[in-house]
Amino acid sequence: MGRKLDPTKKEKRGPGRKARKQKGAETELARFLPAVSDENSKRLSSRARKRAAKRRLGSAEVPKTNKSPEAKPLPGKLPKGIFAGAVQTTGKKGPQSLFNAAQGKKCPAPSSDEEEEEEDSEEDDVVNQGDLWGSEDDADMVDDYGADSNSEDEEEDEELLPIERAARKQKVREAAAGVQWSEEETEDEEEEVTPESGPSKEEEADGGLQINVDEEPFVLPPAGEMEQDAQAPDLQRVHKRIQDIVGILRDFGAQREEGRSRSEYLNRLKKDLATYYSYGDFLLGKLMDLFPLSELVEFLEANEVPRPVTLRTNTLKTRRRDLAQALINRGVNLDPLGKWSKTGLVVYDSSVPIGATPEYLAGHYMLQGASSMLPVMALAPQEHERILDMCCAPGGKTSYMAQLMKNTGVILANDANAERLKSVVGNLHRLGVTNTVISHYDGRQFPKVVGGFDRVLLDAPCSGTGVISKDPAVKTNKDEKDILRCAHLQKELLLSAIDSVNATSKTGGYLVYCTCSIMVEENEWVVDYALKKRNVRLVPTGLDFGQEGFTRFRERRFHPSLRSARRFYPHTHNMDGFFIAKFKKFSNSIPQSETGNSETATPTNVDLPQVIPKSENSSQPAKKAKGAAKTKQQLQKQQRPKKASFQKPNGTSKGADSELSTVPSVRKTQASSRFQDSSQPAGKAEGIRESKVTGKLKQRSPKLQSSKKVAFLKQNAPPKGTDTETLAVLSPSKTQATLKPKDHHHPLGRAKGVEKQQLPEQPFKKAAFQKQNDTPKGPQPPTVSPISSSRPPPAKRKKSQSRGNGQLLLS
Amino acid sequence: MRPLTEEETRVMFEKIAKYIGENLQLLVDRPDGTYCFRLHNDRVYYVSEKIMKLAANISGDKLVSLGTCFGKFTKTHKFRLHVTALDYLAPYAKYKVWIKPGAEQSFLYGNHVLKSGLGRITENTSQYQGVVVYSMADIPLVSRDGSYYRTQVLFYSRRICFQSG
Repeated sequence: MGRKLDPTKKEKRGPGRKARKQKGAETELARFLPAVSDENSKRLSSRARKRAAKRRLGSAEVPKTNKSPEAKPLPGKLPKGIFAGAVQTTGKKGPQSLFNAAQGKKCPAPSSDEEEEEEDSEEDDVVNQGDLWGSEDDADMVDDYGADSNSEDEEEDEELLPIERAARKQKVREAAAGVQWSEEETEDEEEEVTPESGPSKEEEADGGLQINVDEEPFVLPPAGEMEQDAQAPDLQRVHKRIQDIVGILRDFGAQREEGRSRSEYLNRLKKDLATYYSYGDFLLGKLMDLFPLSELVEFLEANEVPRPVTLRTNTLKTRRRDLAQALINRGVNLDPLGKWSKTGLVVYDSSVPIGATPEYLAGHYMLQGASSMLPVMALAPQEHERILDMCCAPGGKTSYMAQLMKNTGVILANDANAERLKSVVGNLHRLGVTNTVISHYDGRQFPKVVGGFDRVLLDAPCSGTGVISKDPAVKTNKDEKDILRCAHLQKELLLSAIDSVNATSKTGGYLVYCTCSIMVEENEWVVDYALKKRNVRLVPTGLDFGQEGFTRFRERRFHPSLRSARRFYPHTHNMDGFFIAKFKKFSNSIPQSETGNSETATPTNVDLPQVIPKSENSSQPAKKAKGAAKTKQQLQKQQRPKKASFQKPNGTSKGADSELSTVPSVRKTQASSRFQDSSQPAGKAEGIRESKVTGKLKQRSPKLQSSKKVAFLKQNAPPKGTDTETLAVLSPSKTQATLKPKDHHHPLGRAKGVEKQQLPEQPFKKAAFQKQNDTPKGPQPPTVSPISSSRPPPAKRKKSQSRGNGQLLLS
Repeated sequence: MRPLTEEETRVMFEKIAKYIGENLQLLVDRPDGTYCFRLHNDRVYYVSEKIMKLAANISGDKLVSLGTCFGKFTKTHKFRLHVTALDYLAPYAKYKVWIKPGAEQSFLYGNHVLKSGLGRITENTSQYQGVVVYSMADIPLVSRDGSYYRTQVLFYSRRICFQSG
C-alpha cells in the first residue's frame, strides 16, 4: 500500500510560480485579523444564517437606524439585507466588518460644502451598496483595513455584528461632526459600499419597503468639486448621478437648481458618462449631439452588450428551413431573423461552435451581422448583371449578392487590404460562389481599371462608431482627425464608385453607399457631397424600417432627399449601427464647373447637371449618349442667346403655370437668376430633345393636357406640402402638361415669367422619363408622398420618385 | 492569367480523370456557357468565359482569384487538386463511397474510416481507386485537412483507409 496522499491538502513548496500563489483572502488576512467573532466560527447554512441574523436583529435595533430614511430599497433588498447581516457571522466574511468600520470612519471625514449633497451621496452609497449587496455575498478579496478597525472593534459590544458596530460608530460620528462629504470615494467602490449597505438594509427590513423616491433633490456638485473627481470614482454614484441629471434635464424648468445653468449640468453629465462607459471626450461629445439624452443612455448601454449572433443561409446550397433543421439537430437554438429577411437566422445559444459545424464547412451558411444584410437587399442585384463590390472583405455582402444573382452575371470583388482578401477567397469558395473575380486595388482607381458596372456596392471603411460593441477601442481612440480622414477617403471612394456605374445600363445604374458608422460627417455629409458633385440622385432604399437620414444637423444642411437614406442603431433595432443610401445615376457625364460661364456655372452646378442629364437620360432609349453630350455642350455655349428663344410655349398650360407660381416658397426664395439660367439650358435641351419625342407621347399629351391642368390646380390647393411632395407631385403632371407644347414645337418667342418656365421645364425632363413608361400618367391627385403620386407600375414609379428627388436638387 | 499549356493541361486532366474519368468534357461544355481553365500564380482557376473577360482587364499582380480554384501546380509541376474543386467533381465522380452518419464526423475531422463506417460503395471499386466520399445525404465530404477531399480506397484486411491523393 502506498502512502495515502491527500491531493487537496498538498501545499506547494519551492521557488516555483504555484508556490507563490496567494492562498486566498481569508487565509491571508487571518494573520491580521483579531479572532473571529465568537458567535460562530463554523459555517452556517443559509437558513441558519438567516436565523442567526434575526436573532441579532432583535438585539441590535438601535445602531441600525441610518439617517437616510429615503434610501431606495429595491424589492430584492429585504432578504439580501438579512443575508448581509447573517453573512457576517461566517468566518469568511469576517473581514467585511473591517470595511464597515473603515467605511464608517471614512464617511464623515471628507469635506463638502453642502450637507444636502453629502446626504445624497450617502444615500447613493447606501442605495448602491444595497444594490450590490446581494451580488457581493461571496466577495472574496477584501481590502485590508484591519489595522484601523482593530481598535474600534474592541470597543464595541461583542453581541453586535461587526457591520452593525460600524454603522453605529458612523452614526455617532456623523451626529457629532457636521459631516463633510467629498466627491472622492476611494478605490474599490464596490467593496466599500457593500458593507455599509448591510446596516441600512436591515433597517429597511425593519421599516418595510420604501418607495424609491429621492426626497432630497439631486444637487449638482459645485464646479470646484467636478475637478476633484480625479481618482477612481464610485461608479455606482456616477451612475446614480447620471440618472439624476437626465431626469432633471428632462424637466429642467421645474427641477433645476437655482443658479446652475444647463450647460453645467450637461458638462457634468458628459463627464459622468465618459467615466461610467469609458468613452473619450470627443466621441461622447459627438454622441451627445446626435442623440437626445434618453436615447443617449440607451445607446451607450447597448454598446456594452454584443448584438445577437446572426447568420445568413446560403441559398445556393440549401434552404433556410433545411438549414434550421440541421442546426437544431446539432443543438443550436435559433429563430428566423425577422420578416424582412428570408435567409437570416438569429442564434440564441448553441452547444456547438457555430462557426465550425459541418454545415458551415459545407458552405450552407455565413455568419453575418443583420445590418450587413441590408445594403445588399437595398442594392437588389439582378441576374446577369455586372456588379462591383468595392470594399468586399470579408466577403459576406459579396456572397449574398452572388446568391441573389444565382451565380449568374459577374461580380468584381475588390478590397485594398491583402490579408483580408484571403478571407474573401476562402469564404467565396466555401459558399460555392463562382461568378466572382477578386482583385486587390485601391478603390479609388476604379473606373480607370474597369468601369461600366450595372450596380456598385460601396461599404466604405469608416470609423466604426456603430460597432462599438464589437470593438470597444473605438470609444477612446477616435478623434476629430480620424473622422475627417475617414470622411475624406469615403468621399473619394464614393466619387470613384459613382464613376464606375454605367448610368445607361438597362437594368441598373444604382449604387449603394453604406457605412457601419453613425457619425453624420461620414454619412449624410459624404452623400450630400456626392449629390453636389455628380449626376446622381438618391432613391428609396426599399427598406421599410430604420430611421431616416438627417436632412440637417447642427450647422449643416443637406439635401432633402437624404430622408430616403436609412440609419440603424443598436439600441433601437438591435443590430449594429449602420447607414445606407441608395443612389441612381442618371448620366454618365461628370459635371464640370465652367470657367467661362462662371455666373451660370456655380449656381447651375447643381441645377445644370440635373437638368441636362435628365434630358440626356431620357433620350437614351431613343438616341445615343453622344447626342446628349452635344446637347449639353450646346446648352452651355448658347445659354445667353437662347434665353429669349426659350420662353416656354406654355400657352396651354398657362393656367396651370399661374397656379404653379404659387409653388412652395423654396422655389421662390432662390435667386431667380439662377432659375433663369438653369431654365435656359434646360429649355434648350428640351427643345433639342423634343424632336426625339416619340409619337406616342405626342398623341398622349393632348389628351392629358386639360386633365393635367385640373390636376395642377388640385395639386396646388394644398399650399405647401414638403418640397418633395409638391415638387414630385407637380413634376409628373407638369410633364404631361408641357408635352403638348413641346410636341408642337411651339415658337420660343413667348415671353414668360422665369419661374413659370422653369416649372414646366423641370417636369419636362420627367416627361422624357415618362417616355419610357408605357402607360400615360393620369391626373395626379394631390398626395402626401411622392410615392403614391404616380400610378405607373412600381418599377417606373421609382423613376418618378427619383425624379421628384431630382427636382429637389433644382430647388 | 494565361491559358494552360499543353503539358499542364495534360497533367491536370490526368489527375482529374482519376475521379471523374472521361466526363471531363462535361466540365468544359456546360449548358450555361463555356468554361475554361486559366492559370494564375500557379493556380488553376475554372471560370466561365464571361467572367474571364472581365478578369482580363485586371492586371496580373492585382488579380487574386477568379471563379473557382481547382488546384495548383507545385514547384515540380505536379498538380494538386484542392477541396474547392469538390463541387465540380462530385457530380461526375465515377466511384463513390458513402459513409454512415456515425463515421461522418470522424472523417470530417481527419480520421480514417473503418469498414464498419462504410455505408455504400460503388461496384467494382478497385484498390487505390480515387473516389469521392459522400455522406448518406449525398453531400460530398471533405476531411478536415482540406486536401483529403478525394481519397483512395485501400482495403487492408479489415480496414478501409482513406488517404489523400
